[in-house]
Amino acid sequence: MSYLDYQVAQVPTGFRKILHINWPLVVLVAAVCCIGFLMLYSVAGGRMDTWAEPQMVRFAIGMVVMLGLAFVPMWFWRGISVAAYVICFLMLVAVDLFGTIGMGAQRWIDFGPVRLQPSELMKIALVLLLAAYYDWLPLDRVSRPLWVIIPVLLILAPTALVLIQPDLGTSIMLIAGGGIVMFAAGVSLWYFGVVIGMGVGLVAAVMNSRGTDWQLLKDYQFRRIDTFLDPSADPLGAGYNIIQSQIALGSGGWSGRGFMQGTQSRLNFLPEKHTDFIFTVLSEEFGFIGASSLLTLYMLIVGFCLYSALTNRDRFASLITIGISGTFFLYFAINMATVMGLLPAKGSPLPLVSYGGTSLMILMLGFGLVQSAHVHRPR
Amino acid sequence: MKKSQREILDSSRAITRRVMMLAGLQLGVVTTLALKMRSMQLDHAEEYRMLADGNSIKIRLLPPSRGLILDRNGIIVAGNEQNYRVTLTREEAGGDVEPVLRRLSQLIPMSEQRISELMEEFSRRSAITPIVLADRLSWEQFSAIAVNAPALPGVTPESALSRAYPRAGDLAHVMGYVGPVSDYDLSRIEDPDPVLRLPDFQLGKIGVEGRLEEVLRGKAGARRVEVNSAGREMRQLSRQEGEQGAAVQMTVDAALQNYAAQRMGEESAAAVVMDCFTGELFAICSSPSFDPNKFVRGISSAEYRALMDHDHRPLADKTVQGVYPPGSTFKMVTLMAGLEAGVINPGSRYFCPGHTELGGRRFHCWRRGGHGTVDAIKSLEESCDVYYYELAQRVGIDRIAVMARKLGLGVRHDLPMSAVAEGIAPDREWKMARHGQSWQIGDSLNASIGQGYVLASPLQLAVMTARIASGREVRPQLIRSIDGVRQTVPDYPPLDISEAALRVARQGMDAVMNGGRGTARSSRIAREDWRMAGKTGTSQVRNITAAERARGVISNDQLPWNRRDHALFVCYAPYDAPRYAVSLVVEHGGGGSTAAAPIARDILLFALNGGLPPLDAVPSDQRAAMEARHEAMHLYKPEAARPGRSRA
Repeated sequence: MSYLDYQVAQVPTGFRKILHINWPLVVLVAAVCCIGFLMLYSVAGGRMDTWAEPQMVRFAIGMVVMLGLAFVPMWFWRGISVAAYVICFLMLVAVDLFGTIGMGAQRWIDFGPVRLQPSELMKIALVLLLAAYYDWLPLDRVSRPLWVIIPVLLILAPTALVLIQPDLGTSIMLIAGGGIVMFAAGVSLWYFGVVIGMGVGLVAAVMNSRGTDWQLLKDYQFRRIDTFLDPSADPLGAGYNIIQSQIALGSGGWSGRGFMQGTQSRLNFLPEKHTDFIFTVLSEEFGFIGASSLLTLYMLIVGFCLYSALTNRDRFASLITIGISGTFFLYFAINMATVMGLLPAKGSPLPLVSYGGTSLMILMLGFGLVQSAHVHRPR
Repeated sequence: MKKSQREILDSSRAITRRVMMLAGLQLGVVTTLALKMRSMQLDHAEEYRMLADGNSIKIRLLPPSRGLILDRNGIIVAGNEQNYRVTLTREEAGGDVEPVLRRLSQLIPMSEQRISELMEEFSRRSAITPIVLADRLSWEQFSAIAVNAPALPGVTPESALSRAYPRAGDLAHVMGYVGPVSDYDLSRIEDPDPVLRLPDFQLGKIGVEGRLEEVLRGKAGARRVEVNSAGREMRQLSRQEGEQGAAVQMTVDAALQNYAAQRMGEESAAAVVMDCFTGELFAICSSPSFDPNKFVRGISSAEYRALMDHDHRPLADKTVQGVYPPGSTFKMVTLMAGLEAGVINPGSRYFCPGHTELGGRRFHCWRRGGHGTVDAIKSLEESCDVYYYELAQRVGIDRIAVMARKLGLGVRHDLPMSAVAEGIAPDREWKMARHGQSWQIGDSLNASIGQGYVLASPLQLAVMTARIASGREVRPQLIRSIDGVRQTVPDYPPLDISEAALRVARQGMDAVMNGGRGTARSSRIAREDWRMAGKTGTSQVRNITAAERARGVISNDQLPWNRRDHALFVCYAPYDAPRYAVSLVVEHGGGGSTAAAPIARDILLFALNGGLPPLDAVPSDQRAAMEARHEAMHLYKPEAARPGRSRA
């Protein structure tokens, strides 16, 4: 246990831990969430109770969870990493077997009142396990083929389960999230080159499979790709969302139309404006200034996490921090790229801003781990 | 495992390097995002602002016109007709719709009740949603509204296509009907076509309309229009026409279907006419029927209630959904099972004393006095029950069930129709699974004459008859072509039944019609080139108690309608070169030979003749009655001759 190598006695204990929390990070997260409340209030047409209020309640709970987790010692997380992964994995299997059907895909597992999305939890559990793995693995073996195949399998197993739900977006997130941890752990760049090359090959295969009897994607997924390549080809069906979202975003201009003045969102041109397309509402109402401010806040969050990881001498802790901030980065980069028309629409929320419980709770859980790593860093 | 200080340092250095690379990558991505944002919000803001602004460009869907459904001769049985209607948008009416509605009620009839209903609907819906005030207006009413448009703010006269079924009830069950899209419909479709969300769009609910919805629907077109801030259209910028749905041609012959419906009249009955070799369904008709046009236009609750409460169940499709004990029409199955098993040969005889004693129970033959000595042909000709009781005890139910399935009974046939029934061809395993009881020999006796657990739909009986006639594994076909592409009629493999056994069954069926003591002799076809083979069936709906038997069995006429026997009949013709197989069931009609056989014979004659049955094809004493019947019928006039094919 590498923690024993450090002077554990110097790690703060009890309520003194509160002084060592990464407070700037907490403030940044809270600030982004506040932007979310503002936008939810606006898209509801000036009503608190539709979306803003429930979201605030969830944020409050999330905040408590995050601070609570910050107090849990780092070595506890390493201790449960394997168990967490196995449990999430079993839940994914359960979803595939008995999950309820939501929005055309099996993603949820129903525990009476609580509906859980194991694929989201898996994002965190995978990072935990990979961090623990690379913490345990001696440095000189990191790039040996055998020791590379193990984490690759650990990533691919849950990815396959998510893919058959079917949820292409989350499976890509899982691969990318796991890849970031492997990258940070120092796996030779050659492997990444090969994987990217294979990815390109796979995309080519998928596109060529269309219309044949071994077609690899569902028809609606192909339609989304078509729409992405040329939104104006199908302006009524799938292309509609992207066109309307681009119009909303572009029409914001430098300073926007003003709070609650966005016509696109007011007149209901935008679909799912309180979840996946909330960034366009922000861009329409607050313009380039608003949009780039949010982007800056996001980058500051990632920056603080990476700084915390650099200054943390414990390998497990810094890998966790990097993995979680990387997942967070993927969240917002994918969502923004989607609404701007740089990526095919796939329905992902804008982290900390979009209305919705699962993604908010998962992120707060993640930031709780980052805080825990920060508080218990070796002195 | 302890780590040295050195290792920890190495690890930190490696991580530092990689974090720097990662941060670089992430910065690159964010820069791309920021640049795209800049390009959209700063460089191209004007264009997007124009698109978003009040008089923006909107896209309006043009609903596609639905594909036609044709009969086998190209007669339209489901088409689209011009529907003139008026809609009103509250916002354009200045907010208060009542004065507009009052003025409109002077031009078209609108009751007080209708006006208050509409007022309520307007208060529920958003101000910019157009609501249909009246549809199916005459051209005069429509133009009167158009002329008075300035006095009617917000009212838009428009014309749209709506589904119409020119043959009314004839094909209602086969074809189905369209209706408004419900939330339930939407929830069942993955990634629904946006056109389904248009107000007043209709989609196929049941039958061919429902099952071939995707083919028939077509592809929506679109208009790009410029609207002002109030949402009113200023001008049309571009128009892209939709694609009409593909035409679907059915195998059904509308004229034959029409005749079959008329011939069955008010009876609760079902008729199926099938090609013996191709399996094409020439008619598949359930009686009584209903007018599908009423469902398209919106049926009143009183009318709907009347259909639901009718004891002849007009909404049910008895041809494929209704299952009946096939009665004696099942005897060919038992007979061939016996022949194939080698239990009997065509010359084997049993003695019929009028009943069989088994385990203390007495199983009666329909003829109390008995048939005397009976061989295979005679057993069918005179429909002797005791012959089959004896046979069933020797063959066993499992072999009978196997034969039934070979002939298409107890098997769900794949047709684009709703709720096609599977029927039951019972065997030991089935009874154990279904009732948890072991099979009794008495069950075999009942099953051998098509009673007891055996159930079959008229469609299955037609398939059975066609298979016996052709000796091939014919499957029913309902769709002839889609968009001009012939839905292939495969070449069916021969049945796994010996030709010898089939021949005996055919000879027996021939004797039923043409033998001296045939049960359906009076319904025979008098023309030798159309010589007909058939089999009657009468299936009990209730058990006859011993007490009743002691008193003397009450005749059907004295029973209430819904307790009378079902009359069944299956037949095919010509005997030497089979073309059409017909099955007919008259619910609670009484005896198969009197209630079902004449109707089936007439339908068969219409199919053979390609028009009204010629009088010389029936025995001379029935000609007057047939002529009178033809005069009383209201048949659709034959279509104008279509351009003939050029002769090469």
